[in-house]
Amino acid sequence: MKLQRLMAVARKEFIHVWRDWRSLVLAVAIPMLLIALFGYALTMDLKHVPTAVWDQSKTAESRQLLSLFNGSAYFAIERHIDGYRELTDLIDAGRVMVALVIPSDFAECIRAGRPVTVQAIVDGADANNATLTVGYINAMGQIYNRDVRILPVRRLPASGGIRLEPRAWYNPEMESRNVIIPGIIALVMVVIAAMLTSVTVAREWETGTMEQLISTPIRVPELVLGKVAPYFVIGLLDVAIAVVMGRWFFDVPLRGNTGLLFLSASIFLTGALFLGLLLSIVLKNQVLANQIALFTGYLPTLLLSGFVFGIYNMPKAIQAITFIVPARYFITLLRGIFLKGIGLEILWLNAALLTIYAVIMVLLCHRKMKLKL
Amino acid sequence: MILRIKQILIKEFLQMFRDVRMRMVVMVMPLVQMMVLAFVLNTDVKNIATAVIDPDNTPQSRLLADEFTGGNHFAVTHRLATDKGVRRLLDAGRVRAVIRIPQHFSDDLAAGKMVDVQLLLDGTLSNDSAITLNYANQAVASFNQRLAGETMGTAALSTGPLDFRIRAWYNPNLESKYYYIPGLIALMLILIGLALASMAIVREKEIGTIEQVMVTPIRRLEFILGKTLPFLLTGVVTMTMMFLIARLIFGIQITGSIPLLYTSAIIYIMGNLGLAILVSVTAHTQQQALLTAFFILVPAILLSGFIFPIRNMPVLIQWLTMLNPMRWFLQVLHGIVVKGVGIRTLWPHISVQVTLAGIFLTLAVTRFKKTLE
Repeated sequence: MKLQRLMAVARKEFIHVWRDWRSLVLAVAIPMLLIALFGYALTMDLKHVPTAVWDQSKTAESRQLLSLFNGSAYFAIERHIDGYRELTDLIDAGRVMVALVIPSDFAECIRAGRPVTVQAIVDGADANNATLTVGYINAMGQIYNRDVRILPVRRLPASGGIRLEPRAWYNPEMESRNVIIPGIIALVMVVIAAMLTSVTVAREWETGTMEQLISTPIRVPELVLGKVAPYFVIGLLDVAIAVVMGRWFFDVPLRGNTGLLFLSASIFLTGALFLGLLLSIVLKNQVLANQIALFTGYLPTLLLSGFVFGIYNMPKAIQAITFIVPARYFITLLRGIFLKGIGLEILWLNAALLTIYAVIMVLLCHRKMKLKL
Repeated sequence: MILRIKQILIKEFLQMFRDVRMRMVVMVMPLVQMMVLAFVLNTDVKNIATAVIDPDNTPQSRLLADEFTGGNHFAVTHRLATDKGVRRLLDAGRVRAVIRIPQHFSDDLAAGKMVDVQLLLDGTLSNDSAITLNYANQAVASFNQRLAGETMGTAALSTGPLDFRIRAWYNPNLESKYYYIPGLIALMLILIGLALASMAIVREKEIGTIEQVMVTPIRRLEFILGKTLPFLLTGVVTMTMMFLIARLIFGIQITGSIPLLYTSAIIYIMGNLGLAILVSVTAHTQQQALLTAFFILVPAILLSGFIFPIRNMPVLIQWLTMLNPMRWFLQVLHGIVVKGVGIRTLWPHISVQVTLAGIFLTLAVTRFKKTLE
């Protein structure tokens, strides 16, 4: 391997990327767009659930219950209705997610301290948000019952009980932003690294320039390293952008070691770059290589890494698959470094597995790349 | 004209499916993806690894722990007598929740005092923490209820007069598959329609065969139709296969009108193909097309309401989502598949779909030029 030839290929690739302004701008704009979206617009925390109310009681008591709902950040009463048909239409069209039906004897029951049932109809089509909403409704019921006890009408004898004092470590406000933005780094790197390199060698084959390359004295390692060099630089630039934007615009805590963060990012980036290159070498077709990169790189990183969906919730067979998804280890490293502020004393195994993956990818590329027609 | 369209269609189909690997990618990949995803996108939180710190270690405190594990939501993996080692368990991610029972727990309860029980949650997956907290509140409520029952006899079993009877429509058991599987179909269709199609159109430009096409008597509209119809057909076939799997393996039936579903899907795919042509008009290499398509795809998927609720976005972004074809198709899809509603409820959504697809296609046809630059 000669440094001079390596530099020549790297220069050629840099010129390719540099001349292609549009790709370059997009390679930086996509991560920024993602982080801006997750920082400003996207949250999985459900608030202001649109609610319709069919209040058959229309008394001070029922209004008290409703103001409890409306006063919380979780519900927004948007419609008052008086009929079952209207209720069905609203839920069918998805205009409200919850409909509360307060019975006409609500006030009397409450005053007499008799049990009373309020119906709550939830749109189950969106099961996740419906589950959260059910939790909110139950919590509202508990609050109401606790407050009603204070009313002079029905004073229960004082009794002991337990009170839950919840505390979320690493992320006290339980903000999804703090969880998602570190994960975005992994996602962006797969998009930039695996998907972009997946087309590089295939392009040479498709446009016929590979033959010119073969006729030069270049060797495999020189070509391979030269090919990935510009994308490695872009990838690290994207990490830096993500860290800076997350840290200073969106107040995502970075509690651990920044050096370790960039080191593990470089290792993951290497693995992803060489995965893309490997596909490109083997398939020699840009559309195909890209689709496979999407399938083996992007989707597992999005879905099987614990990025949005916790691995511990998955069925055992799928959990076993996640062990071969490198993003799983990288996401653990990212969360550990960003939120938990821990280092290699706990994360060493993840770092080691990530390194092994990168080494395997590099070796495979080296073996598969043949400079022959 | 029909003859020429037929000719180009034959050419396109040959080109697309000549390659066995390509056939696999287009046909098999969506199915494999669906199988994996359907299992992954199950956000029902179960068996949360939990540590219990119980210095009290009395029947009463063990009863509380049992209350937590009763619903299969919590699984106690560690029992500790002191705080020692808890930090490490949470740091290493070996437990996701810690229940911390104070000393003199049962004595204080017997004395009728309010006792604080601490719940430490791992906040690194904020959404799961919120759901976990819900479960914990339920466990505590039922413990308190039982306690009240013991001290005051069965009469006081209910903690208050108000009781919610919550019913989830369309999906009584709140299973997330009813939400995610139709969503995945919308996702697949936009991936095929936008990313795959735009790359395939640009391919012709990059490898230079477009010049050969230009010298033939084919007209602009014929060329566009010939290029896009194969993808429309692929999309429809993919969707049909995905619905078959949804039916056979996941037991999801289409409750509403199937013709209406296909009408809406075809409008959606055509709109996406319009966008793909627009992308391909401006891109010169497949890499550019891929990046540009991603720049559209990422916000389209994230701002569709699929994973992140639209109602929680800033108002300005909510307005922007109006332009997102995936948003409207998703609502139609859930309306027809899960809720079984018809045109009477869905006509506004479908009209928006038609308008958007019309705009994209008109732009595509006017911007597309059958000449060299």
